[in-house]
Amino acid sequence: MDVCSINNIARCLVNSGFDPALAQFITILLGVVVVASFPLVVVIFLIWVERKFAARIQDRIGPNRVGPYGLLQTVADAIKLIAKEDITPAGADRLVYNAAPIMAVMSVLLIWAVIPFSPIHVGVDLEIGALYFVAVASIATLAIMLAGWSSNNKYALLGAFRVVAQLVSYEVPLVFALLVPILFASSMSMQDIVHAQSGMWFFFMAPVAGLIFFISSQAETGRAPFDLLEAESEIVAGFNIEYSGMKFGLFFAGEFMHVLTNGVLMAVLFFGGWLGPLVEQAPIILGPLYLFAKSTFWYLLSLLIRNTVPRVRIDQLMDFNWKFLVPLSIVNFVVIAVLLRLCEALGIAPAAANANDFVANIPQTLVLLLGNAAIAAYVLNRLRRAGREQRLAEAGRTLAAVGEKAAVAH
Amino acid sequence: MNVLNEWAFVGVFFALSWALPALPIVAAVFFSPKKANAIKLQTYECGVETVGDTWVQFKVQYYLYGLVFLVFDVEMIFLFPWAMAYERLDTFQFFAGIVFIILLLDVLVYAVKKNVLEWS
Amino acid sequence: MVELNAHTVVFAIFSIITLGGAVGVVWNRNLVSSSYWLIFSLFGVAGLFVLLSAPFLAAVQVLVYIGAVGILITFSVMLTRGMTQIKDVFNRQSAASGVVAVLLFVVLLVGVVLPVWGPSGALSSAPASDVVATTAELGVALVDGSQYVLPFELVSLLLTAALLGAIVIARDQDK
Repeated sequence: MDVCSINNIARCLVNSGFDPALAQFITILLGVVVVASFPLVVVIFLIWVERKFAARIQDRIGPNRVGPYGLLQTVADAIKLIAKEDITPAGADRLVYNAAPIMAVMSVLLIWAVIPFSPIHVGVDLEIGALYFVAVASIATLAIMLAGWSSNNKYALLGAFRVVAQLVSYEVPLVFALLVPILFASSMSMQDIVHAQSGMWFFFMAPVAGLIFFISSQAETGRAPFDLLEAESEIVAGFNIEYSGMKFGLFFAGEFMHVLTNGVLMAVLFFGGWLGPLVEQAPIILGPLYLFAKSTFWYLLSLLIRNTVPRVRIDQLMDFNWKFLVPLSIVNFVVIAVLLRLCEALGIAPAAANANDFVANIPQTLVLLLGNAAIAAYVLNRLRRAGREQRLAEAGRTLAAVGEKAAVAH
Repeated sequence: MNVLNEWAFVGVFFALSWALPALPIVAAVFFSPKKANAIKLQTYECGVETVGDTWVQFKVQYYLYGLVFLVFDVEMIFLFPWAMAYERLDTFQFFAGIVFIILLLDVLVYAVKKNVLEWS
Repeated sequence: MVELNAHTVVFAIFSIITLGGAVGVVWNRNLVSSSYWLIFSLFGVAGLFVLLSAPFLAAVQVLVYIGAVGILITFSVMLTRGMTQIKDVFNRQSAASGVVAVLLFVVLLVGVVLPVWGPSGALSSAPASDVVATTAELGVALVDGSQYVLPFELVSLLLTAALLGAIVIARDQDK
């Protein structure tokens, strides 16, 4: 009988007299519990990180009373939320009202099923992994719609409408940016996408796509500068106005988790996931370590943006998406697809045998980078011109107003 | 692991990701005070009583955004298998996909030109 | 003939979700609730796709029908004020629609189900879950000159046309 370990639980259980089907079920259940509880535990710590980070930026100390460095602040908050009175407003659809916050967390949690932590540790390596994560993430939109509708409150409904319009809009550039790694890897499996980056990380081959993915996933979390759903001055907290206690907390737990999940997805799709030196030797330690080191970079960048960039107006938000991000992401996808073809036709692309070799990947990467630089140069130039026109127009309006005032004074 | 086994994992994951967030809500039922009264349960407003129905008619703009999104969503779906099969495509098949994307861009240009995507 | 195993149990669950959701759609007096029941029902269909070893279609089902069509239906229901509270479960067309539904069911049964999966059908011997094609094969088939390239491009045109029509109608209402 062989030694029982995390990799052969099923066989082990069968050997010790379990029914094979039952053993399989227990294995699956154990895997699910491990993968699903991980983000839920981490989020408790993340909320602390986020509050400390925001505090430092705003020249405050942040939570520092409960536990060492205020680490237990979130636990205290959770206990407080559970002990709070939970109000279901009159006229609310009770079933939907209670299901909505659960769905908001669920949609983020489900993404973790396909995140590869190491070469051998992944919840489940679906053939359609990338599409799976877009699909389950779109459930969040539905959760917000349900929350806004079931509260039986005009502000909630209006807030939900706005957020849903924002979320569905930013899903378009997100998916087009996501198509680029799929194109490179010729696969939708998350594990394949990571393996395909062993020669060169996709971010160096398609930085524009990476940034589009990052920006639109920032919008998908509803974080600043895209936090219109929290625009207290305009729509009184938005879709979750009627929620209180733990249900209110769950929406935010989902949001905090989503930010980390976005960092992890950035790492997996564009920064080689668990890839790193010596990872094959100690996959269970180094794999997650590399993955979360890379994720942390994007996570912290996201926090930095959240705490330093002012909120945009809703018309700016929509214009930025439909007139800038969407066309840019589509053109970017086409350019990369064509350049990749060209590289193959001209023989610049690395052969299948040395696809994992860093040096063999350099020529192709350079060509793709050049294409990206061209797109970026055009876009930046275009943005500068549009910005100048807008400033001039505004300056003109101000001048006209001043002139009018002067005329009235005379 | 065969395909259905993988999806059994997803199915169990799905069930558990309902159960885990539901736990604190259920816990709250036992620990939270219940002192509801009619005024507390009223719709949350700015200090005045709610006027009229929640079902005010919303502007058509939301619908148009939803519609344009739907068209893009459906077209993107077709690009996933195309991108997945990228390595195996010959030149004709490759350009068939590119033409598809350009037709998609058409929609966007039309919508922008017609000011459909204008938030007014 | 039908043995009781995990597969059939899961199939039963998803069938109940699909049919129960559909009943919820037609039995509800609130159009918004109806649209949520519809989403519930479509989720059941996604599960059935998984059981048929078509995970791509399952993901598409969730992404398009739950994430996009469901939202769009809700938006459009909210545009039609006064339609949200309907007094009667049955309207005047119930008899006619009943006849149409029964006819459609018979046509599907006789025209599609029996010839393909019936006792002497084309696929009577092979269980559906054994007919497996990968998503990449689907990708090639979509753009292959001898297969589906024309429908593939036409889909794009059709969607464009659908959008044009909807824009024209919606904008007229706006004025």
